Amino acid sequence: MTTTDNTTDQPLEGGAVLSFSDLDVKFNTEFGRVHAVKGISLEVKPGEVLALVGESGSGKSVTSTSALGLLPRNATVNGKINVAGKSVDTMSDRALRKMRGDDVAMVFQEPMTALNPVLTVRTQMVEALELHGKAYGTDADAKAIELLRMVGIPDPERRLFQYPHEFSGGQRQRIVIAMALSCDPTVIIADEPTTALDVTVQAEILDLLRSLKDELNTGILLITHSMGVVADMADRVAVMYKGDLVEQGSVHEVLMQPKHDYTKRLLDAVPRLGSRGETPPVAQTEGAKALEVNDLVVEFHRAGKTPFRAVDGVSLSVSRGEIVGLVGESGSGKSTIARTALGLIPAASGEVAILGEDITQMKRKPLKALRKRVGVVFQDPASSLNPRLPVGDCIAEPMEVHKIGDKKSRRDKVAELLDAVELPRSMANRYPHELSGGQRQRVSIARALSLDPELLVADEPTSALDVSVQASVLKMFTALQEEYNFGCLFVSHDLAVVDLLADRVVVLKDGKVVEQGDRSQVLANPQEEYTKRLLMAAPVPDPDEQRKRREDRHRFLEEVGESEHGLHISPEAPSRKRSVPGPDSGAGMPGGV
Amino acid sequence: MSEQNRDSAMQGSPEPLPHAGAEVDDPKFADKSYSQGQLVRRRFFRHKGALAGLGVLLFIAVLAFSSIGIGPIPGWWDKDFSTTGTVVNGGKPTMGWFHLGEHPFGQDTTGRDYFAMVMRGTQISLVIAFTVGIVSTMIGTLIGAIAGYFRGWAESLLMRVTDLFIIIPLLVFAAVLGRIAGDSGIFALGLVLAAVTWTGLARLVRGEVLSLREREFVSAAQAIGTGHWRIIMRHILPNTIGVIIVATTFAIASAILLETSLSYLGFGVQPPDISLGSLISDYQTAFTSRPWLFWFPGIFILAIALSVNFIGDGLRDAFDPRQGKDG
Repeated sequence: MTTTDNTTDQPLEGGAVLSFSDLDVKFNTEFGRVHAVKGISLEVKPGEVLALVGESGSGKSVTSTSALGLLPRNATVNGKINVAGKSVDTMSDRALRKMRGDDVAMVFQEPMTALNPVLTVRTQMVEALELHGKAYGTDADAKAIELLRMVGIPDPERRLFQYPHEFSGGQRQRIVIAMALSCDPTVIIADEPTTALDVTVQAEILDLLRSLKDELNTGILLITHSMGVVADMADRVAVMYKGDLVEQGSVHEVLMQPKHDYTKRLLDAVPRLGSRGETPPVAQTEGAKALEVNDLVVEFHRAGKTPFRAVDGVSLSVSRGEIVGLVGESGSGKSTIARTALGLIPAASGEVAILGEDITQMKRKPLKALRKRVGVVFQDPASSLNPRLPVGDCIAEPMEVHKIGDKKSRRDKVAELLDAVELPRSMANRYPHELSGGQRQRVSIARALSLDPELLVADEPTSALDVSVQASVLKMFTALQEEYNFGCLFVSHDLAVVDLLADRVVVLKDGKVVEQGDRSQVLANPQEEYTKRLLMAAPVPDPDEQRKRREDRHRFLEEVGESEHGLHISPEAPSRKRSVPGPDSGAGMPGGV
Repeated sequence: MSEQNRDSAMQGSPEPLPHAGAEVDDPKFADKSYSQGQLVRRRFFRHKGALAGLGVLLFIAVLAFSSIGIGPIPGWWDKDFSTTGTVVNGGKPTMGWFHLGEHPFGQDTTGRDYFAMVMRGTQISLVIAFTVGIVSTMIGTLIGAIAGYFRGWAESLLMRVTDLFIIIPLLVFAAVLGRIAGDSGIFALGLVLAAVTWTGLARLVRGEVLSLREREFVSAAQAIGTGHWRIIMRHILPNTIGVIIVATTFAIASAILLETSLSYLGFGVQPPDISLGSLISDYQTAFTSRPWLFWFPGIFILAIALSVNFIGDGLRDAFDPRQGKDG
């Protein structure tokens, strides 16, 4: 690359570092052929982020995996795949192995499983360097330290010799990115790189990825389902739906003026903070509250160590007919509180009262009677239904346990509940594995409602679902809440979802309540620094607004005295930095408009 | 065989099922739905080795029980396994390619019909093997499920007992107990053998239950007030059925061999009753002069053990296609 006065969007002559043309992938399965990708064409240019968005099953991960030649053996691939000018489909195994790492590197979704837990970070980083002949011995160590410093791991000389479990989730993802960078790839494929991370950490990792393309001119193929991440990161966007590419264009074109119906639907489904406005507070009914937690402490015992205090003196309450959103990042104790409220985890001290009765000291018989009045919906649609029971039996199970009604009345109730959660009645004879994630979650909700509960505990019921599915499940959930008028403890990490649903919000951090109050008050006018930080880190699906939010966030972080999260390139190692057009780094959006 | 293995491994690769969203070219599959049981049956019947094993086992069982009959019910073979007679033609088998003759498997030194004896031995061996398979499965499943579900002291106690059973040499233990039980009939022998062979399954089931009890549908069942027993029987054990069935088939195969070894050593089935093992033991000295007295029971032991193992193999692939050998 020689041009320095480049103002257009074509940094390299010869164009794309990664391109697919007419890519077509089929899988031979037991049930016949599955057509996963139907002839799509895409290009990633150097220094550009192409976001590939779509819901699960749309073929976006298959597309990216094909670039590395890593598809399983029952796949039939047609079309051309080019990585850094080389054709992947004609490559030998040996050439493929060299190409992975040298030309294209991968950043995976789950940093814990992407790193080998029994090897030190050094071993894993040096292995990559030595295999590709970049550096050996002490040189390799030095290079690994430089890479770790670049991605913002403090004290890299010491931490290089630690194991993956000694790092936090965000740091692990930084290490994975450092390993991806180790061989100077021309293109990085990031497959949902922030999905497993908390919002504040997500924002940091996105800052880091953004600086990669700006500083190193790397092309990035970003696979994501989050429109907020797209708005934050992408130059261009390609939307996939059922194996087809339905829309492609600059981030402004696609997000602001979507042409295809599917893109419009997808964007409409994204929950947006602050879109609900003011709502009247729920009228407080007399009598006992649905759930009252007082000064709750939950401890997990560890062999040979002091107990770990997961919940530390939390007090909150849920009135009848009210939805209380419990938000916090991972490890804040929100799920633990939900499980304690269900009596699944014993409380170390404090009081948990359901409908006025303290369950912490309760005997088995009355507890069972009380549980009849409580429903529960869990997070993971794949594991929340018994795979051996047909859907109808699953929904009828609570009635059978509590011996309510006879066979016929139970069947009627199941049909009524299936109607309520907008599933066809014929679904009753199906097995969970035949259902999609959203359908399974609807079945979970139907099961929770089968005893007309007065309290519903929902532990992240929509976080494993696609946005469009989430939107319809949430809509149904609100309607059901109005109809059945149960009190609900709604656990979520997604502030926008809580904003859409809850009447009151409780913000948790490290097992303690940071802030609680009416939804509009907490989310629109947060008092605590932590709440502010959470709100600022949540990305919105509008590139201009998101840029403004990002700048606000950086300013805020500077005020509270925190360093930047981008790439740290030491001045004495300028060789890493390829010449980049313009001083456009940071917040700039080179593509579009 | 290896061809089929590869086949089933390929089918099991972690691709989305058609129901999971992607479209299937072949419309025949588009809205057809399968229950778990149907899926397993489909995969099992595609496993040629397992089908052959099932065929051979059924053939042997039908042959053994229909030929000489069970108890008072007579079979189609006119000779008895305990009646002596004159030795014809040095006791050589009269069986040819297309005819059975008077004594198809030959005769022993006292002129007893060897075919009837082998059939009787097969009957006894099959009965013992299936008794052991079923009873040891029940014991192992129960102990494993209780240990895995309740954890705590119940688990410590049950698993230490299991360890105790494992460290005692199986053959010695079974020989001592078998010697005592052998006189009181084959079912007693089967129960005794079951009492020493449940350990492997108990550990397997416990492992499965440990992972299943953390699944959210179990938490959901607990949260609505389902009792422990119902959770185990309705939510947990049905999900371990694959492991259990596969282990049972292998337990049956090894029970045949265990019974054979015990009877061979003289600790198992006691005369006048016959098992395949005791036949081999009785006539081992005749191996050079009259080898058919050794070969026929040997072939039956081999055929039964092999076919049961093939069935187990097929079931394992059917229940867990992802466990493919080269996937």
